[in-house]
Amino acid sequence: MTASLSRRGPNPRGRYHLLIIGAGPAGLVAAQAAVRHGAKVALIERDLLGGTCLNKGCVPSKTIIRTSRLYREMRDAERLGGRVPSGIEVDFAAVMARVRRIRARLSERVSAERLAASGIDVYFGDARFAGRDSVTVEGSVLRFKRALVATGARPLRPPIPGLEESGYLTYDNVFDLTECPRRLLVIGGGPVGCELAQAFARLGARVTLVQDEPMFLGHEERDAAQLLSEALARDGIEIHLDTQTTRVHVEGRDKVADLVHDDVKRTVSVDQILVGVGTAPNVQGLNLEAAGVAYDAAAGIPVDDFLRTSNPSIFAAGDVCAENKFPHIETAAGRIVVENALFLGRQRLSAEVIPWCTFTDPEIAHVGMYVNEARQKNIPVKTFTVMMHEVDRAVTDGEEEGFVKVHVREGTGKILGATVVASHAGDLINEISLAMTAGLDLRALARVNQPYPTQSQAIRMAARAYVASRRTSVRAWLMRPHKAIRR
Amino acid sequence: MLDRLEHGAFRYFVDAANPENGLVADRSRKGSPASIAVVGFALSAYAVAVERGWLTREDAAARTLATLRFFAESAQGSTSDATGYKGFYYHFLDLQTGKRVWQCEVSPIDTALLLAGVLTAGAYFTGAPSSEAEIRALARDLYGRIDWDWARNGKAAVSQGWKPECGFLHYGWQGYNEAALLYVLGLGSPTHPLPSSSYPAWTATYQWECIYGHALLYAGPLFVHQFSHAWIDFRKIQDSFMREKGSDYFENSCRAVDVQREYARRDPNEYGTYGVDCWGLSACDGPSLGALRVRGRERRFFEYAARGAPFGPDDGTVAPVAALASLPFAPALALSAVRHFLELYPEWQESWQLPGGFNPAAPGADSRGWVSEGSYGLDQGLAVLMIENYRSGLIWKLMRSSPPIRLGLKRAGFRGGWL
Repeated sequence: MTASLSRRGPNPRGRYHLLIIGAGPAGLVAAQAAVRHGAKVALIERDLLGGTCLNKGCVPSKTIIRTSRLYREMRDAERLGGRVPSGIEVDFAAVMARVRRIRARLSERVSAERLAASGIDVYFGDARFAGRDSVTVEGSVLRFKRALVATGARPLRPPIPGLEESGYLTYDNVFDLTECPRRLLVIGGGPVGCELAQAFARLGARVTLVQDEPMFLGHEERDAAQLLSEALARDGIEIHLDTQTTRVHVEGRDKVADLVHDDVKRTVSVDQILVGVGTAPNVQGLNLEAAGVAYDAAAGIPVDDFLRTSNPSIFAAGDVCAENKFPHIETAAGRIVVENALFLGRQRLSAEVIPWCTFTDPEIAHVGMYVNEARQKNIPVKTFTVMMHEVDRAVTDGEEEGFVKVHVREGTGKILGATVVASHAGDLINEISLAMTAGLDLRALARVNQPYPTQSQAIRMAARAYVASRRTSVRAWLMRPHKAIRR
Repeated sequence: MLDRLEHGAFRYFVDAANPENGLVADRSRKGSPASIAVVGFALSAYAVAVERGWLTREDAAARTLATLRFFAESAQGSTSDATGYKGFYYHFLDLQTGKRVWQCEVSPIDTALLLAGVLTAGAYFTGAPSSEAEIRALARDLYGRIDWDWARNGKAAVSQGWKPECGFLHYGWQGYNEAALLYVLGLGSPTHPLPSSSYPAWTATYQWECIYGHALLYAGPLFVHQFSHAWIDFRKIQDSFMREKGSDYFENSCRAVDVQREYARRDPNEYGTYGVDCWGLSACDGPSLGALRVRGRERRFFEYAARGAPFGPDDGTVAPVAALASLPFAPALALSAVRHFLELYPEWQESWQLPGGFNPAAPGADSRGWVSEGSYGLDQGLAVLMIENYRSGLIWKLMRSSPPIRLGLKRAGFRGGWL
């Protein structure tokens, strides 16, 4: 039966095997997987199908980043043996038109019509639990055997005096801009802040970037954050690390922010303020109490490793509960929920190898453990580092900035994790993620043949450095008795 | 050449010191305040000068005593115009009055460098004269009154500083850095020691990396691999981290030189000025030209900053003293580099004081590019101590017999070798 489609939604078809609240990456993947298995699925969305990622996050930001990179490359043409085009002028309207065009194109594959055609009952409206096994939406009562809460998150509003009154942008509305701000203050040095600060700087804005921690991307390793700082500075961004924004007010047409670093105070006047300091989980209005689902307004819904909430029939996935807020984690979580909710699966989120990437230039990607995490667990770590300037293809491409670091358990080839800083780090990290997922050690990567020249040779070079170090250790061990004899 | 370089570097402390209070200017530029770290180097250099015949023992003792008396008698307190707090001192002091300048921070690391000099003086002046007895007593007092534990601010590891205006600074130490000396002194205190747990808290962010085929505990700037080594002989002694890796901090500094040299050979940013005899990325003065287009490439030339290899930052600036101070670790390589510097800039042989930095890729007074004006006290102090350690091991020997150093190393988990 093909589900009917209207803004109100179809007539409920009895008790759903899986009811999903939220049509972002986790909800969509779960709905599509469940319906493929023959389950009766309801999907409720109160806003746009595709969620933040498609509509307000990854897709529009990566689109604008690509265009901004183009402008950077034009200005930098001389370095690559080219000639800088005369009169480079940013057409911001064209940039944003491309954002809208690509967003529309990618939205098509998750349209309500397509979902309905695949057998998913799509409802639009605010979902609210009516009990432990039922939800109301737009006056209809939907009953379920299992439910998934995947309502995502919204931009966190920092309690900076005067900020609300002065007005500010977040990833929710920054892609609605019709003209590029001449002066932009970005508050927050996480992935969103860094990516958009760099993109807007390259599109012509004079950007000031304020981060309250001593480094950008707080959880990433120091060398990666250091390289990012230099890259952002090269793009002309005024950087204030370890700095608090203490107050914002309006003076004429300017927004004026007070900044404090230790005991040093300064003010910055801008046309727009963009805030990217994290997200808050969307748990309000769901009446989770009625369903017996525990939650915290700030931290979200606690789940176990099987993504079960305090009500074992209800699962949660994605930004509403996860610590790492990236869409590919959400899709992995969506898959796990279907297995565990419908097929008595015992799949654990912790068993997943989950890489992530910040799409600045250079990109910063990571998978697995950081060195300090391993050392906290008393795991001896050795890191094999290859600088991108050692990689022929990176040199020919003029993309020598960055490195590949592969962390192994000392004395073995077991890969614990890796960090890649490179122009295409988000792609390079996949080879290491694959090895970790398949249980391959670093020695196996040394045997992989690759076309020459490619930037992924950096990974094989790290693997070969590992093999060489093992040979040296073995040789040293073999030489020990000979030394004794010589004495 | 080494004797002239060492003597030339030492002359900085004669020229830049205020004999009334023993404070020494941070750099030779007129109006420079004193740096307490530079005073620490000066106090150690006086012992070298006596042994080398550049100062009489009485003169060196008098200079040392003036310095220690100043620090013992200067105001300690939480007010903003004091000289120090909790036994620590402000990083920069007015050369004449000894009061805090530039609204700078109470600095644990710079106080540690100062105290290393104080303890060197205490270990060197062991004679009977009352001046030498007073030096020993003051050294004990100054060391004993430092509240090292306060500097943790209740956390696991030591803070980078404190200001009366805002309290403890927010940034912490990440990765291997020059703080080994700080932790050893803090752990060895007889009065207010750091807890033993602070040392592993500091080393928790270490990274053992294989870079260009060299396995080492990574730190980018060379001074990190040198400052603590100016006083502590790390040969063949190991903490638990180095035991695990089968290395020691001295060997680690040798490998850091190899990485720097390899980076310079590769010259990834195409400055065209580095080479196997032109290396030394470290904390140093810089051209401070901001963004500039040079030979078709956009360059950014920094001011005084910690440069490092291979992760940067790198603006083409070389710290010549960083190569010279590598003498104990890689004598042939260091000497070869210094000879190369002196061929490029023969006028440095007038004073035999290496400048705070040079950068042939940055516009300067002539075709040889930018050269830092004057001298920096830290550079000259590091040069004196590392040359002397290479030549005679004097400072290392003195510190090997220093009870706080021995106790601090043991409490940090060091074993083996001379310990």
